[in-house]
Amino acid sequence: MKRVAFRQPSVIPGFRLTFSFTIFYLFIIVLIPIAGLYFRTFDLDWNSFVSIVTGPRFIAALRLSFVTSAVAALFNVVIGLLIAWVLVRYEFPGRKVMDAIIDLPFALPTAVAGIALTAIYAPNGIIGSLFDPFGIRIAYTSLGIWIALVFIGLPFVVRSVQPVLQDFNREIEEAAATLGARRIQTITRVMLPTLLPSILTGFAMAFARAVGEYGSVIFIAGNIPRQTEILPLLIVFRLEEFNYPAAAAIAAVMLTVSFLILLAINLIQVWSQRRFGLV
Amino acid sequence: MELALKNVTKSFDGFTALNGISLDIRPGELIALLGPSGSGKTTLLRLIAGLDFLSSGQILFGDEDASAKSVQERNVGFVFQHYALFRHMTVLENIGFGLKIRPARTRPPKSEIRRRALELLELVQLSGLENRYPSQLSGGQRQRVALARALCIEPRVLLLDEPFGALDAQVRRELRRWLREIHDATGHTSIFVTHDQEEALELADRVVVMSQGRIEQVGTADEVYDTPNSPFVYSFIGDSNSLPVRVDNGQIWLQDRTIGLTDPTAPNGPATLFFRPHDIELVEGCGGCLAGTVVTSRRVAGTKHVELEIGGAQHRIEVELPIEHPAATKSRLAFRPKRWKVFSAQEQPVYHTSPAPVPAQSVLLQRAAV
Repeated sequence: MKRVAFRQPSVIPGFRLTFSFTIFYLFIIVLIPIAGLYFRTFDLDWNSFVSIVTGPRFIAALRLSFVTSAVAALFNVVIGLLIAWVLVRYEFPGRKVMDAIIDLPFALPTAVAGIALTAIYAPNGIIGSLFDPFGIRIAYTSLGIWIALVFIGLPFVVRSVQPVLQDFNREIEEAAATLGARRIQTITRVMLPTLLPSILTGFAMAFARAVGEYGSVIFIAGNIPRQTEILPLLIVFRLEEFNYPAAAAIAAVMLTVSFLILLAINLIQVWSQRRFGLV
Repeated sequence: MELALKNVTKSFDGFTALNGISLDIRPGELIALLGPSGSGKTTLLRLIAGLDFLSSGQILFGDEDASAKSVQERNVGFVFQHYALFRHMTVLENIGFGLKIRPARTRPPKSEIRRRALELLELVQLSGLENRYPSQLSGGQRQRVALARALCIEPRVLLLDEPFGALDAQVRRELRRWLREIHDATGHTSIFVTHDQEEALELADRVVVMSQGRIEQVGTADEVYDTPNSPFVYSFIGDSNSLPVRVDNGQIWLQDRTIGLTDPTAPNGPATLFFRPHDIELVEGCGGCLAGTVVTSRRVAGTKHVELEIGGAQHRIEVELPIEHPAATKSRLAFRPKRWKVFSAQEQPVYHTSPAPVPAQSVLLQRAAV
C-alpha cells in the first residue's frame, strides 16, 4: 500500500514534539479566538448581517481604513527603502543611534504617539499652525489618520529591506556599470527587482498593522462618522452598545478582507521566489 | 585594441597596492596576471575597468587616455569570479542587458538585440537555455553566460577576474580550453587574473608575474618557466629547489665543497642556487656534484619524487626520478642540475623587504594551513 509521506525520514530528532507544540500553540493563540469571532457572527440572521455590512457608515469606515492603510504602507515603502539605503550604504557619525530610533514607533504606547501627533498637527500645534493659514487641516481629517499610520508603519519596511540590502552583492552593481548602465538604471532594473520580495514583506506587515491600528489613530482622527471614523473604532462603538454580534460581524468582514490581501501578497512572493530562486 | 599602462600606482590609506606598473599590451593579445593573493593583480584589473581609480599614472586605450573616464564610458567587458548574473532575468535578458539599457540613439532594435544574444549564446554553447534563470544553471554554465553578457557590448577590452576560480577542477580545465577558442574566434584584447599558474601558462600569450604590487617578469609561458629572472619567479612558478651557496671567482660552493657548477658572471659572495626537480642528471661517483641521503620517496603520477637531505640534515630538496629508479631510504644519491641559476644574496632584499601587510597575512594563512 502506498502512503503519502507526511514526514520525510530524517536523522534530526524532535519533529513530533516541535510540530505538535506548534499546532497546539497556533490553535489556542490564533485559531480559536478567530473562530469564535466567526461563530459569534452567526448569532445574526442573514438580513441583519447584510444591513450591517452594507450600511453607509460601515462602507465609509471600511474604505477609509483600507485606503489610508494602503496609501500609508506605500508611502512607507518609499521612505523605508530610502532609510534602509542610507543606513546600509553610508558610514556617518550617529548611524547606530539612527538605526535604534527606527524602532521607537514599536516601543511607544500607541495612545502616547496619537496624543503627541495630535498636539503637533492640530491647528494650533507646531506643524499644524504652519498649514492652518492656507486652509489645510491635518489633525481631525483623513490626512491626520494617514500620518499616524505612516508613523506606526515606519519600522516594517526598513527592517525587512535592510538585511537584504546588506547582503546585496556589490559585484552585481559593478557588473551593471561595466555593461554601461547608469546609476539610476542599475537601481531600477537590477537592484529593485532583487529587493522586491523584501519590499512586499515590509509592505504587507505595515499594511496589516495599519488596518488594525486603533490607539494612535483615534486621537488624531476626530472620529466624525462617515468621514474620519475607522473600522476598529466602529467595532468599539458596537461593543460599548453591548451589540456583540454586530461587532463580530464587522470584525469578521475586516479580517476576511485583510486575509485575502495578505494571501495575495504571499502568493506573489512565492511566485517570485520560485522563479528567481536563490543565486 | 592596444592597451598601455604607464607607471600605474594605487594606494589605499597609506598602503601601496600597486607600485609603478608599466605594461604594453598588443591588440588581440591574451594576457594573464599571475601572482599570490595580495600581489595587486585584481586591483590592477579593476583599475583598467574603471571600478577603482588610479592614485597616479595613466591607462591608455589605444591613443586615448582612459584614466579619467567612468566605468560606463570605458566600454570594457568584465567577468567576475562569482558570475554576478542578474538573477531576476533570463539568460537571454542577461546577455542583452548591456544593449537594452543604451540610450535610444545608440540602442539597436529589439529584434537585433535578441539576434545578437542568441548568436552569443550559440558561441558559448548554451543554445536552448535562453529562457532559463541563472539559478537553474550550473556554475560552468553561469560563467559562460557571464562571458556572453560581457561580449555582447562589443567591449574594447575583455577583463576576467579569476574566471574559473569558483569551479571544480574538471570544469576548469574544460572551460580553459574553450576560453582560448573563444578568444581566437573573437580576437578581443583580453586580460585575466589568476593565481593558478597552470592556467596562466597554458592559456596566455604572455604571463605577467606580479608580487607585492610590482611586476616581477613579463614573458611567454616558456620564458617565465625556463628563464625566471628573480628568486620570486623561480620559486613561484613551477616546483623548484633552492640552496644557499657561495660564489668564488665563478665557482659555486656549497659549504666546503665545489659542486661542479660555474657562473662567471655571478658576483662573489653568498648567493642562492635554484633548480627544478626534473632538471637534473644522476652522476656516478662524485667529483664536483651535489650528493644527499634519501629521506622519502613518493610516487606522483608517472614519476618518483625523492626527497634528499644535503649537507647533513640542514637542507632538504626534492628531485624527480624515473619510476624504475631504486632509490631506497638512507641510500646516497649524487646528481648535478642540468638547468639552474644563482641569484646573488645582494639582489634578494629587493624582493623580500618592502613592507606589505597583505602578503604577511597570506604567510600566516599558509602556516595555518600546514
